Amino acid sequence: MMRSLYAIYRKEMGHYFVSPVAYVVVAMFLFVSAYFFNLYVREIVEQSFGMPADFDAPAQVLRAFLGLLALLSLFLMPMVTMGLFAEERKRGTMELLMTSPIREIDIVLGKFLASLTLFAVMLLPTALYVVYIWFHTDPAAPLRVVLAGYLGILLFGGCLLALGSFISSLTENQLIAGALTFGLFLLLWALDFGSRGAESALGQTVQYLSVIEHFEDFTRGIIDTSGLVYYLSFIVFFIFLTVRSIDSLRWRRA
Amino acid sequence: MIEVQDLTKAYGPVTAVDHVSFSVQEGEILGFLGPNGAGKTTTMRILTGYLPATSGTARIAGFDVTSDSLAARRHLGYLPEVPPLYPDMSVEGYLDFVLRIKNVPPDKRRSRVADAMEKTNLSDKGPELIKRLSRGYKQRVGLAQALVHDPLVIFLDEPTVGLDPKQIIEVRHLIKNLAGTHTIILSTHILPEVSMTCDRVVIINKGKIAAIDTPQNLTTERKGAQRIFIEAQAPEKPLQELLVQISGAAVEIHPARTSGRVTATMEAAAGKDIRSLVAAKIVEKGWSLFELRGVSLSLEDIFLQLTTDDAEHAEASNEPEKTK
Repeated sequence: MMRSLYAIYRKEMGHYFVSPVAYVVVAMFLFVSAYFFNLYVREIVEQSFGMPADFDAPAQVLRAFLGLLALLSLFLMPMVTMGLFAEERKRGTMELLMTSPIREIDIVLGKFLASLTLFAVMLLPTALYVVYIWFHTDPAAPLRVVLAGYLGILLFGGCLLALGSFISSLTENQLIAGALTFGLFLLLWALDFGSRGAESALGQTVQYLSVIEHFEDFTRGIIDTSGLVYYLSFIVFFIFLTVRSIDSLRWRRA
Repeated sequence: MIEVQDLTKAYGPVTAVDHVSFSVQEGEILGFLGPNGAGKTTTMRILTGYLPATSGTARIAGFDVTSDSLAARRHLGYLPEVPPLYPDMSVEGYLDFVLRIKNVPPDKRRSRVADAMEKTNLSDKGPELIKRLSRGYKQRVGLAQALVHDPLVIFLDEPTVGLDPKQIIEVRHLIKNLAGTHTIILSTHILPEVSMTCDRVVIINKGKIAAIDTPQNLTTERKGAQRIFIEAQAPEKPLQELLVQISGAAVEIHPARTSGRVTATMEAAAGKDIRSLVAAKIVEKGWSLFELRGVSLSLEDIFLQLTTDDAEHAEASNEPEKTK
């Protein structure tokens, strides 16, 4: 039911609004991303001297910058998701939610959408940097690349958040949830490095399964159906697992 | 309003709730009484839809708690052992959130919040953050949460834990006032609470129902046993021998610290009043009798009798099947 979902969403947003964790995460994200943006612009501008005339500096900066945003999300998102369910269980408020006339899917989706909103809010100021290059380059990077890049990072973030909420639903301990989520994120990252340019069938499969591989297409301005399908099914799959995990709490010894 | 039939919950080899059956009428207050770990909380969790039962059925307002869980949950309020609070929310904000997840329409929310805060004496705490409240206030917010949406059935798991004596009286008073319009099940291990607030008592021990009755019936009619208190000036040993001879049952005897008097309590078999016989025998021996009175069993005694009897039997006979 939409109303219950919204009630959870609203509660979560209120929680972020007063929670120091959300502020610290957003501040760190913006600070580090601003620093690296500066660095990239300077480096790539320097490189571009002595390059052939068709060297696309704005696109280079954009790609490097979006890659950085993804990496930063990898580091910071565990802090957003670790408490999603673990804290509710620890506080006993899960008992309130689960004895109210509200379905598990509403709880999970409400929380997921709220964390995705926080992620979007966090990304929003970085768009200012992109606007900056937009106005200071000629020819400017095509709008399509910018939009595809941001859609990509939003989907990528969605995957991290869905996976993170699933991990958080497994334990009562926030720190365990945080560490486990972070470890898994790193593994996703490592899988990508390890399977780069692999030619065996296994390598190719791992390559396809890598969350980051699909992201790179988006940063090149390509909105590929396989990428979209991959990300959306990744998100749906982990939301489904989270719902099952929450439901199974009823069968475990409390 | 509540129908429970053969409810059983097993955690692996441990049976936490064992074929429990009872029913509660509309507007009634039912007390769950039992030692810690008797299965009170588990039973409540099943009835509120938090845990599924292993077997048996339970209905709330006509809705099965397993097959029609959402409908059943729409009609209940629940205060768990630990009040389910969000420390970062204000009291008002929290109650508003509870109303939202209980599907109360927007136009009724404001008045319901005010109403619940008034009933639980929280009216001046509305904007305060829950984390800044004292333990007693937190417990009251928990209570407000259970009744804010005006549910048909309210479950209260140990509602007076952590409150000071004055607050305990207030809460009991509040529960009394809620009866009639709400059906209430409350669990407690505090005996006076049950006799003060409940219409009927379910005594649970080791997952089984040991007795269901009104507090009055439990205290006066229990097995028709009679207990007699005696104070006399008499030598300890001979008095004990005499009393044992009369009653044929156990006699507890305590020499008084001063005055050389002796007090004794004895159980007498049901049916006959042996007080005059005891008096005559004592006087016959030439001892002086100071006091002789019948003592009705308190709820404590019955509780202990029921719960310890059970344990002894189980250990002595070691048979798996026992009466409910």
